[in-house]
Amino acid sequence: MAKRLMKGNEAIGEAAIAAGAPNYFAYPITPQSEVAEYLCWRLPEVDGVFVQAESEVAVGNMLFGASASGKRVFTTSSSPGISLMQETISYMAGAHLPVVFVNIMRGGPGLGGILPAQSDYFQATKGGGHGDYRIIVLAPSSVQEAVDMMLWAFDLAEKYLTPVMLIGDGMIGQMMESVEFPDKYREENNPDEIEWALTGAKGRKARICKSLFLNPEQLEENSFLLAEKYKKIKKAERRCELYNVKDDNKIIITSYGTMARICQTAIDELEGEGVSVGLFRPITLFPYPEEELYAEGSKKNIKCVLSVEMSTGQMVEDVERIMKGKKKIDFFGRTGGVVPSPDEVKDKVRKILRIKK
Amino acid sequence: MTSSPTLIFKRPDAMSENVTHYCPGCTHGVIHRLVAESLDELGLRDRAVGVAPVGCSVLIYNYFNVDFLEAPHGRAPALATGFKRVRPDMIVFTYQGDGDLASIGMGEIVHAANRGEKFTTIFVNNAIYGMTGGQMAPTTMPNQRTTTSPAGRDVNKAGFPIRMSEMLSTLKTPSYIARVGVFTPMHIINAKKAIKKAFRLQMEGKCFSMVEVLSTCPTNWGINPIESTKWVKTDMEPYFPLGVFSDPERGDD
Ligand SMILES: Cc1ncc(C[n+]2csc(CCOP(=O)(O)OP(=O)(O)O)c2C)c(N)n1
Ligand code: SF4
Repeated sequence: MAKRLMKGNEAIGEAAIAAGAPNYFAYPITPQSEVAEYLCWRLPEVDGVFVQAESEVAVGNMLFGASASGKRVFTTSSSPGISLMQETISYMAGAHLPVVFVNIMRGGPGLGGILPAQSDYFQATKGGGHGDYRIIVLAPSSVQEAVDMMLWAFDLAEKYLTPVMLIGDGMIGQMMESVEFPDKYREENNPDEIEWALTGAKGRKARICKSLFLNPEQLEENSFLLAEKYKKIKKAERRCELYNVKDDNKIIITSYGTMARICQTAIDELEGEGVSVGLFRPITLFPYPEEELYAEGSKKNIKCVLSVEMSTGQMVEDVERIMKGKKKIDFFGRTGGVVPSPDEVKDKVRKILRIKK
Repeated sequence: MTSSPTLIFKRPDAMSENVTHYCPGCTHGVIHRLVAESLDELGLRDRAVGVAPVGCSVLIYNYFNVDFLEAPHGRAPALATGFKRVRPDMIVFTYQGDGDLASIGMGEIVHAANRGEKFTTIFVNNAIYGMTGGQMAPTTMPNQRTTTSPAGRDVNKAGFPIRMSEMLSTLKTPSYIARVGVFTPMHIINAKKAIKKAFRLQMEGKCFSMVEVLSTCPTNWGINPIESTKWVKTDMEPYFPLGVFSDPERGDD
């Protein structure tokens, strides 16, 4: 298929259709309202479902109901809206239902701002709702990657029967890039072929989709089942990308999303100055590519692992945990919608290596 | 001469054989049965999906032979909306208490009704929070004693009981909204008619439908079952009048 120039938000909407998920429930919020503005006319063209709900609480719960039908469903929102969906995320994790959430993150806490941020890392990866659960978290760094990840996200959600969340900062949503979609769009699921879908108790026992287990042994069993699932996910679905990683690297930068692209520019420029820095970009934030980071970060030539984020320091806590004190860990971040420039990243690297400009 | 026995009464197919956990004299069970009979008679059991509330009837799915979803507290109308939108060919209903529907879930029910979602809601109004041990509900009667209003509901601080059926029937979107009781056999017969009509209208793809049922909670009202049915008549019915508040077949807006 020919390449198309598209805004990230619209491409994400189109990608869901390509993934056989033309069922969208949403509530407007900057910086991703373009998804709804695109899908409100695009979905009727493909006989899809578009509902503008009364709140994000309702959005989450509409997805809950719709997902139980066996069809693929999704929403997009931004930080404050995602906070309101945490109720559903916990319930759907407990009930083993697939669903895809997209969080085009903006600055917080509270109403925060409308500019790009990465301050929802904890909420996404550590479980923003109640209970013993995790969700799969994917972090695209380009519009094309967001499209490819949407296709993958629905497969993952169905494979493991779990909520999946894409987290991108506001830039991913607003940026225009050329993208390619699959030639052939996936057909919608046929609920009758899905063994857990609620299709009416015709010629079979009634199916119940629930997260309530009043008997503690049964609730524990469900929690163990979830834990087992997360173990499998950690084993099979870790993804990361390395950039400029070589034996003369002195520093490894860990960074995800568009922040990682800014770091690439800084790395290229530093390389020209004879300062060698590698980039470790996690593509999956849960499961975190832990073994991969440890392997790269603990190499002899590495003096420091530097986490660069658009937050006051969230992923860095995982980096510290994974590196187990093996190397010095440092952090650089701007937040609230302030995007670090390559120069700021370069200055931080020079400071760590005590290089004078 | 022996004639073969005629079956005159049986458990509806839509009901399972499990024994309910409801307290003696609680009318949740009666309402379950009316829903099951309606599904049977309209031939809807095997394409129905119920949405359970959080409240005493959270385990409703144990008593039905029907696919069921269990919603977070108050959110059943949102789940029903989601399901029905992607499967308009199926029959979807929510079963909700007054805390569930008129307090925490107020937003979800109002907007579902206003969008004219084609599902059916069975709204069980027993003027109290049963499951959590008898706290004040938005439908608790003025001066009614509950565990969070031990001196009786003070309308100056807690406001007056909310009349959901009247409120929803002010919406311009077509709907079927009725309030019924189950405190005498005659009322039970009328309640059944309303519930069956609500499902029929959904079957015909006509409109959102809700039947509010005045129900009892002897345990938390602190009176026996017989007094409870009397109390519905003497104390609840005057404030929550029975009747049809909106009916697309009557040409109501
Ligand atoms: C988010 C949330 N808040 C509170 C509760 C606790 N809770 C469970 S049932 C209930 C009230 C139920 O009352 P009602 O809807 O009137 O149903 P009934 O039990 O009387 O049938 C409450 C407050 C909960 N489960 N979830
Ligand atoms: S507590 Fe009240 S509503 Fe709940 S089962 Fe008992 S009588 Fe019924």
